[in-house]
Amino acid sequence: MDVQAWTFLIVGSTFALYIGIAIWSRASTTGDFYIAGRGVHPVINGMATGADWMSAASFISMAGLISFMGYDGAVYLMGWTGGYVLLALLLAPYLRKFGKFTVPDFVGDRYYSNGARIVAVVCAVFVSFTYVAGQMRGVGVVFSRFLEVEINVGVAIGMAIVFFYAVLGGMKGITYTQAAQYCVLIFAYLVPAIFISILLTDHLIPQIGFGSSLGGAIGSQVANGETITLIEKLNQLNTELGFKEYTSGSKSMLDVLCITGALMAGTAGLPHVIVRFYTVPRVRDARISAGWALFFIAILYTTAPAVAAFARTNLIQSVSEANYAATEGEKSIPQWFKTWEDTGLLAWVDKNEDGKVQYVAGSALAGKPAFGEGRGAHGERIVTNSNPDTANELYVDRDIIVLANPEIANLPAWVIALVAAGGLAAALSTAAGLLLVVSTSVSHDLLKRVFVPSITEKQELLAARVAAGFAVMLAGYFGINPPGFVAQVVAFAFGLAASSFFPAIILGIFVKRANREGVVSGMLAGITFTAAYIIYFKFMGGTPDEYWFGISPEGIGTLGMMLNFGVAFVVSRFTPEPPQEVQELVEHIRVPAGSSGPSAAH
Amino acid sequence: MTDNKQANADRYWARNLRLLMILLAVWWVVSYGAGIIWADSLNSFTIPGTGFQVGFWFAQQGSIYVFVALIFIYARLMNKIDEEFDVHES
Repeated sequence: MDVQAWTFLIVGSTFALYIGIAIWSRASTTGDFYIAGRGVHPVINGMATGADWMSAASFISMAGLISFMGYDGAVYLMGWTGGYVLLALLLAPYLRKFGKFTVPDFVGDRYYSNGARIVAVVCAVFVSFTYVAGQMRGVGVVFSRFLEVEINVGVAIGMAIVFFYAVLGGMKGITYTQAAQYCVLIFAYLVPAIFISILLTDHLIPQIGFGSSLGGAIGSQVANGETITLIEKLNQLNTELGFKEYTSGSKSMLDVLCITGALMAGTAGLPHVIVRFYTVPRVRDARISAGWALFFIAILYTTAPAVAAFARTNLIQSVSEANYAATEGEKSIPQWFKTWEDTGLLAWVDKNEDGKVQYVAGSALAGKPAFGEGRGAHGERIVTNSNPDTANELYVDRDIIVLANPEIANLPAWVIALVAAGGLAAALSTAAGLLLVVSTSVSHDLLKRVFVPSITEKQELLAARVAAGFAVMLAGYFGINPPGFVAQVVAFAFGLAASSFFPAIILGIFVKRANREGVVSGMLAGITFTAAYIIYFKFMGGTPDEYWFGISPEGIGTLGMMLNFGVAFVVSRFTPEPPQEVQELVEHIRVPAGSSGPSAAH
Repeated sequence: MTDNKQANADRYWARNLRLLMILLAVWWVVSYGAGIIWADSLNSFTIPGTGFQVGFWFAQQGSIYVFVALIFIYARLMNKIDEEFDVHES
């Protein structure tokens, strides 16, 4: 069977599985729809959280990003995992004890204010939509690349699948499909990683191969008779070609600290992740479940940097100074080079006209490749935006690192199909979790809690389904017509979560004195500051030399968070303390005893 | 709440905060400390038998392993403290 047949078979059967689960786990009450009736086993919730959290970007782009960033890639690795420690120790158990359904529920009740509730709803919806547009696009891209259908058709198919299980099953359906999707995506990630580890280091486990000497079929060629570790060799290769050493960074230390901090606090404050911890039966389940979630996430997150290093070594080894046209007795580029050149994710301009690929530091092109008509002297695709200022001739899109891994390692067709199914699982599971947050925000936080408190359970469930339906369609629209700013606003999602929810929830649990006036002004100060900084540098032409203390917009959420804490603290001191029943609520959420029951009494 | 019960809850909370401080100190040391602030100096050492420079390893591997362990340790110790103060779930 060829790749395409395998892809149809594997992707088709995973989709059938997701639909089957959706039918089996239909939601019949709002409790089912919002929090899966609080009946989810902690290990299953851990898997579901893993899939919920790991998006198309984690699956497809992260290893590539690290591959080109070297040490600096650690900001993503530590930022996106370290946040779970904060979540497990500072948030999840207490929010589970609080009960209820959403993050705005907590903010609104704890700060006895519908104003605070609405600020929280707006943040939740904005953060979720920012994210979901990227997921839908990811679905479309995987479809078009592996199944040769139009991107738009791919987005439509993805929408239909998500619509089916999110609208029908709500949180209950999403939880069990996400657990299945985790299994698909982790298997799809590990199989090529293990193969490439064997090829480069002769080690089965990528995390160990990462630190070992070169060996195996490709590795021994790279080592060329020497005994040398992969990392040492990679540092050598990078230095020879004018890149910085792989194991040292180029960002300033303060910036690395701030980005890591913003990603950690942002991760802990993302509503679609937090809400997963409302679905387990007890407080102690919420604690252990966060451990399982991070365990499942760590399997991918510790494999990714290994894959990044393997792929980088292999990339340099196989393309540097290789002839583009096959030449007898000399090094020539591998077949996958041409395959991915055809997709536009890779491009070569023969600047010095020697017919060989020179891959050195500097950007080869002015931006993404713009291809002209026809072929060049050696059969390569003509590129019209060559950047004459550097000697680098090769443009490599970071997504190739994961997508092309199976071909680079010469793996069988079914593995390539598996990677397609894995990418789809990652994108669909994250999209579903986010869409649920949006629909719950509308039906529960806005309708039930603020505007139409008299709504019945049945009507609320219907409203949730209708809202989910609309959210899916809106997300699909953004997937088909991606707003140009999607890449830029990802910094927004984390910065906003870090500078709004995270401090508000922490203060709500740990500082009894924190009151409505303090936290609302803290959230507004944090959001305004963070948003202004990001907008100035991302949309109004601010340049990096104007950064405050060299802190990039990705890291500014850390300062926004501190500002939020500071303002909330000071304002709380000078305004009346929270009412007695709120102080009792804080006492109540601090101890696990008495957590059962669908709506916690207080 | 009776005074006795309140005092018990206060002691429970103080124990909880102490545990959090210790675990978060470890969390900080492996990530911000070993992975970022001291990474350059730690990079002059390699982990014996591997090619990993110590700072780089903490930044891209080690900190994540420690994070996972921290949460499981927290869950275990916290459950014990719950029972000790008799505030665990039925």
